[in-house]
Amino acid sequence: MSDTVSSRPFPPGRYPVVVVGSGPGGLQTSYFLSRLGVEHAVLSADDGPGGMFRRFPLFERLISWTHPSADVPRGSREFEAHDQNSLIADDPDLGALVLDQIGEDHRRPARDEMASGLRAFAERASVGVRYGCRWESTRRDEDELVLVTSDGEYRCTVAIFAVGMTEPWVPPIPGLELGMHYVHVSSAPDRYEDRRVVIVGKRNSAFEVGEAIVRSGLRELTLVSPRPPDLARLARSPLRPWYLTPYDEHVRGAPGRYVLNASVERIERRGQEFLLHALDPTRPESVVVEVDDVVAATGFRAPLQDLPELGVTTVLDGRLPALTPFWESVTVPGVYFAGNVTQAAQGLRKHGVASVSSMVCGFRYNARILARHVAETVFGIRLGRPRIEPANVVPYLLGELTRAPELTMQKGYLARVLGIDAEAGIRNLGILPLEVFVDGSHDGVAATLEFDADETIRPVVYMRRRGVLNETALPPHPLRRYEDAEYGEPLDALVRPLLPS
Amino acid sequence: MADAPVAERLAQLALFADLRWPELEAVAHTVEEEVFGEGQRAIRQGLSGSAFYIVLEGEASVLVDGTERARLGRGDFFGEISALTGEIPTADVRAETVLRCLMLPGSQLEPFLLEHPTVMLRMLHAEARRVRDANRWR
Repeated sequence: MSDTVSSRPFPPGRYPVVVVGSGPGGLQTSYFLSRLGVEHAVLSADDGPGGMFRRFPLFERLISWTHPSADVPRGSREFEAHDQNSLIADDPDLGALVLDQIGEDHRRPARDEMASGLRAFAERASVGVRYGCRWESTRRDEDELVLVTSDGEYRCTVAIFAVGMTEPWVPPIPGLELGMHYVHVSSAPDRYEDRRVVIVGKRNSAFEVGEAIVRSGLRELTLVSPRPPDLARLARSPLRPWYLTPYDEHVRGAPGRYVLNASVERIERRGQEFLLHALDPTRPESVVVEVDDVVAATGFRAPLQDLPELGVTTVLDGRLPALTPFWESVTVPGVYFAGNVTQAAQGLRKHGVASVSSMVCGFRYNARILARHVAETVFGIRLGRPRIEPANVVPYLLGELTRAPELTMQKGYLARVLGIDAEAGIRNLGILPLEVFVDGSHDGVAATLEFDADETIRPVVYMRRRGVLNETALPPHPLRRYEDAEYGEPLDALVRPLLPS
Repeated sequence: MADAPVAERLAQLALFADLRWPELEAVAHTVEEEVFGEGQRAIRQGLSGSAFYIVLEGEASVLVDGTERARLGRGDFFGEISALTGEIPTADVRAETVLRCLMLPGSQLEPFLLEHPTVMLRMLHAEARRVRDANRWR
């Protein structure tokens, strides 16, 4: 056990909020709750911070960037767009901590570098966590939620589960249990030497493990799943170029490199080898692949424990909870989620574009909004909503569109929102889920960046005046700079009728 | 398969009744599941970039300028008009209960239908019935 376990805060009892998890989602949420003065306990089954980055990714570096060189000061708000991996903070000294850990020749952190950056954040920001405390079950007792843990019972008004999407999920394919899930794949370099391996799946973990073991001298590698990998739409695809050696070699016809678009019918053992039967809709008969190893890179699920029995509705075969735009269960009030589980709140998904809430660079902002939402709506903490003079609205919004990291990262998902009211004037409502503004009723303006149908990044302005919502996409800029007359004049024409005279 | 339960649910819907199993699985891997809480909107009148949805469970209302025009339930689909024409939706579709849908981004509907002509034909049948019913109301 580490030192952190020996000094254990948060004994069982009653807390306004209980946060479960000590990965980036839990740490980030706790940090912002503390900043807002919301008393809470943080519980974690682990013996130190880091969450999923204590284990994943297994082989490769992360697919998100941390750029050491930037034209803005390290730790500033603007720097956050240069560093997708660090947690964020009001204090510049607590930002960009992954940057300290990353090797000189890299711009993407390895797992241990990421975990070190998170540990540094937990220590420097003094995020207290009761480590070694496993959440086991949940029940409701009148207005309170009761979390039963290995240390005893915690009662709370709000529970925030930042438990990651970390449990292996294996679809019900007959015989797939004979293989091993991605999480159990050996990292021993010679494990796959001269062997024939099939990987079921074509998403990130499939290509990551394929990329890794293709270097270990394997004889044959086949990736199989019903659909081809989504490579054409880079902005929408979770796959990035550095995982694609197996696919590239398949396309060029390298012997022993195959990517099949077929549904796996069954897997059976024959002596020391396995036979995988796959149905390709374009062929009359099954394709049979003979292999030595079967890897199920079929994804993960959130460890929701007994939350579905409490009434939490799920999506994707129970892998994620169904969430409101503020990341609350759609069916059980008071049960919130943080971290990469927030990807379940999909937002508007215009043109099919997903949020990046599955990544630190997305959910770190969700955590700040969630903490503010809970502080205000559950605990009545008044949040500052600074007034903006009418003359400053256009320059302010253009500055946000050009530099706000929340908008740069969470395109079409988060927006800068100004509320406009004849009596209260123009108020800065902060960064909010765009869906909250669009589906709300108050007059105001929301500015966001979006991918359009052609994957071009555009500033888009939503305005509600006398209850009527309008959407206006401004032209793209080749350097994504929006602070000139090309944008100022049309934006001014748009918002002027809305502003108090 | 990774989405076998989705493929099984697809097999029970009229729209996909002509597809063989591997095709159903390919469809299951193409569409995405979305769940809306009561009162959440799946499609918003006047907002661009929307999608095509098939209702798996729950109930939704179709609202034009806030007035309810129709109810949708299991097996119904919506969003295809704006997905195919590229025009902005002229109605809201709002979840009246917890609403579980399969979603295909609007731009992917046309290639999807070309890839699965039997689904296109069944969709055409459904559209024909809608036009017939709309004419009856006149």
